[in-house]
This record gives sequence, structure tokens and C-alpha cells, in this order.
Amino acid sequence: MSVLFSAKNREFLLGPLSKNNPVIVQVLGICSALAVTAKLEPAIVMGLSVTAVTAFSNVILSLLRNTIPTRIRIIVQLVVVAALVIIVDQLLKAYAYEVSKQLSVYVGLIITNCIIMGRIEAFALANKPWPSLLDGIGNGLGYTVILVTIAFFRELFGSGTLFGCRIIPESWYIVNGGFYSNNGLMIMPAMALILVGLIIWAHRSKNKDLIEK
Amino acid sequence: MNKQGNTYTFLYSMILVVVVAALLSIVSLSLQPRQDENRQNEKRQNILSAIHISSSAENSAELFNKYIKEQFILNAKGEKTNGKAFNIDIAKEYKKAADQRELPVFVANVDGATKYILPIYGAGLWGPIWGYISLDDNKTTIYGTFFDHSGETPGLGAEITTPKFNEQFKSKEIFSGERLTSIRIVKGGNASGSNEVDAISGGTITSKGVEAMLKNYLTYYEPFLKQR
Repeated sequence: MSVLFSAKNREFLLGPLSKNNPVIVQVLGICSALAVTAKLEPAIVMGLSVTAVTAFSNVILSLLRNTIPTRIRIIVQLVVVAALVIIVDQLLKAYAYEVSKQLSVYVGLIITNCIIMGRIEAFALANKPWPSLLDGIGNGLGYTVILVTIAFFRELFGSGTLFGCRIIPESWYIVNGGFYSNNGLMIMPAMALILVGLIIWAHRSKNKDLIEK
Repeated sequence: MNKQGNTYTFLYSMILVVVVAALLSIVSLSLQPRQDENRQNEKRQNILSAIHISSSAENSAELFNKYIKEQFILNAKGEKTNGKAFNIDIAKEYKKAADQRELPVFVANVDGATKYILPIYGAGLWGPIWGYISLDDNKTTIYGTFFDHSGETPGLGAEITTPKFNEQFKSKEIFSGERLTSIRIVKGGNASGSNEVDAISGGTITSKGVEAMLKNYLTYYEPFLKQR
């Protein structure tokens, strides 16, 4: 076990969660981060779906890495990723129908999520399966963490709920004689971009070595 | 074998594609029954919500059988034809010419009163919108509505699914004497008449889509609605 979770392997798994986050440091996978973060539940399902796809595609391509002809490398990667995404989509339609309706086209668009192709090209094709699996899970979870953070603020201030449960009391709302109203901008994708910007700001002030000179 | 050669590349891609295709077929075939079941449950839930019965995916079949007493299909002249109304795909019917369409009707019994549930289908701003409308025994007073959409703007057009919008339709009249007036959706909170409801602010085109959808489908069902 100590070999499996050596310091280097732990870094593959945990690095993307903070210092080397794929969304806020490499700015990959932004498009779905804007689209599915209006509510927490779809954000978590999307994050886990991407994690499953990055993990499996990394392992499969790492196993195949010495057999793939270089000229059709990208095509092979796409076929594997696309097959995995279709399987995830079919599973969601069968076992999480409500969520799959909310995610609609964005499940299919996981194929174009740059994190997946980025990790395959940069990592899986040059490393053994086990580190590739850790790298895939790490990057998937790093993406999930950002999605969940954004969705938390968007759902709380945009709809007054978390996981669909009411957090801000009904009696606070102006229509019920209170003083509060939901921030409509939070529902719009533009707000997700602003939140990503704020997270990047906070992250860079904490990790000063990431700031470009 | 030369891994960069043409023969190897051809063989490699062929094997890869065959393996992946077989795998996907197996997954698709094995999950198909469950996915169909989900779609049917959703349809039952939608139909039930037009008569103010809330249901979950688990109990929708049971409640559907309890409340829906009869279902039949009408042709464009308002005559009953053979077939099972539940199996009609309204989106497919919408693509046919108006006089070729099969029009499903569900008859529900809610606390002893008869309600007619009619499916409706039309276009919103970004994509299709659809729903169900239920009428009282007299075939003119609206009992309830249900609307859904595939891609209207959240917070604007997508508000047609909210209870607030749907509640307005209750007790409105679609006939004025013998004339089919359908429902007018008016802007600026000015709805006052017995066939007017308020539009959604910021969702004008979707609101107009709902109005057109109701007008169209009630016109298709007009021969049936006039049989009193």
C-alpha cells in the first residue's frame, strides 16, 4: 500500500484538488461549469460523471498507450472517451432520470470537456495505469470541487434553496411582506463566470507563485 | 509488426471500432426497458398533474390507473378510432398534416366529477413546448394545466412550468357561447376577462407560444368539445 500511495502518487490525486486545479489554474472545462451550476444536484452529478470518465479513460488509454499508432492517436482517444460518455449518459437515463433531464445535452458534451483530452494527452499516454487512475480521479474531483462551490452560491442566492430544500425563509420575501428577493443574475450563466473569476482571485492570492510576473 | 505502418493502423482501428460498438450495443439493449419505464412514468406524472394530482415515479402507475377511467383516440372529425391513447407520441403527431393526426383523450374521474385531459404541443422561443390541459364535464371550464419545455430560458420563459403560472388557468372558460375563444395571454398584469391570464414578464415569446399552442389544439379538438 505504501508504494501505491507514495508521496508522488498522492500528489497526482490531491494536487488537482487545490494547487493545480484544472478549472481555475489551467482554465479547462469552463463551458460546462457555467451551464450546469444553477443548482447543486446537477452540479454534483455532472462532477461525478466527469470524474468517472476521466478516471476510466485515463486507465484505458494508459493500458493501450504502447499499442496506439501515433498517427491515429487522437481518434483512438476520442473513440474511447465518446464510448464512456455514452455509457454514462445511458446509465443516468436509466437510474437518475430527473437529473439526466436537467443535465440534458451537457452529458454528451463531456466528450468535448478539455480536461479529459488534456489529461489523456499530458498524462495517461506517458504513465502507467495506476498513476493515471489517480490523476484522472484527482482532476475529476478538482473539477467537481469548483462546480459545487459555484453551484452552492448560485442556488443559495439565486433560488434561496440548497439541494432543492428551502434555506431562506418564505416569509423574508417581498411577495410575502418581507424585505428579500432572489438575485436573478445568479441564475444566469454570466454570474458563474464572475464567480469563477472570484475563485481564481482568492486562489492566486493564497498561492502567490501562480501569479504571472 | 511495424506499429506505425498502414496495415497495423487499419487493423487497430477496425478492432477498436468493433469492440466499442459491441460494448455500446450491449449497454443500450440492457438499459432500454428501464429507460422506457422512466419515460412512461414521466408521462403519467405529467397527465396526473393536469388534474392536480401530484405523484412520484414510483406511484405514478398506481395513481394513473386509479384516476384515469377511460382513454380513446379521436380523428380530425372528432370521431373515436381504435388504438391506445397513452401510446400516441404527440410530438410525432405534430409533424403530420392537421387532418391526419390522431388526437388522444384521457377521461379522469376526480372525486366523482368527470374531467377530460387533452395533450397540447407547440413552439416556444428556443424549442418545443408541450403540456396537458384538463376540462370540466361541460368541456368549457378549465380544471387544470401542465406545461413543460425543452429549452426555454430559466427564470423567464421556463416559468411556464411553475404553479404560479398554471394556477391562473383554473376556472377560465374556453368557449364564449358556442364560439371557441381559447385563452388569451395578456401583458402587464391586465388579465381580467374569463378567458384571459397574465403573461410571464420577460417571457413574452414563450407566453405567446403557449397561447398559440392552446388555440391550435383546442381548435383540433373543437368537434369533440362541441359534442355535449
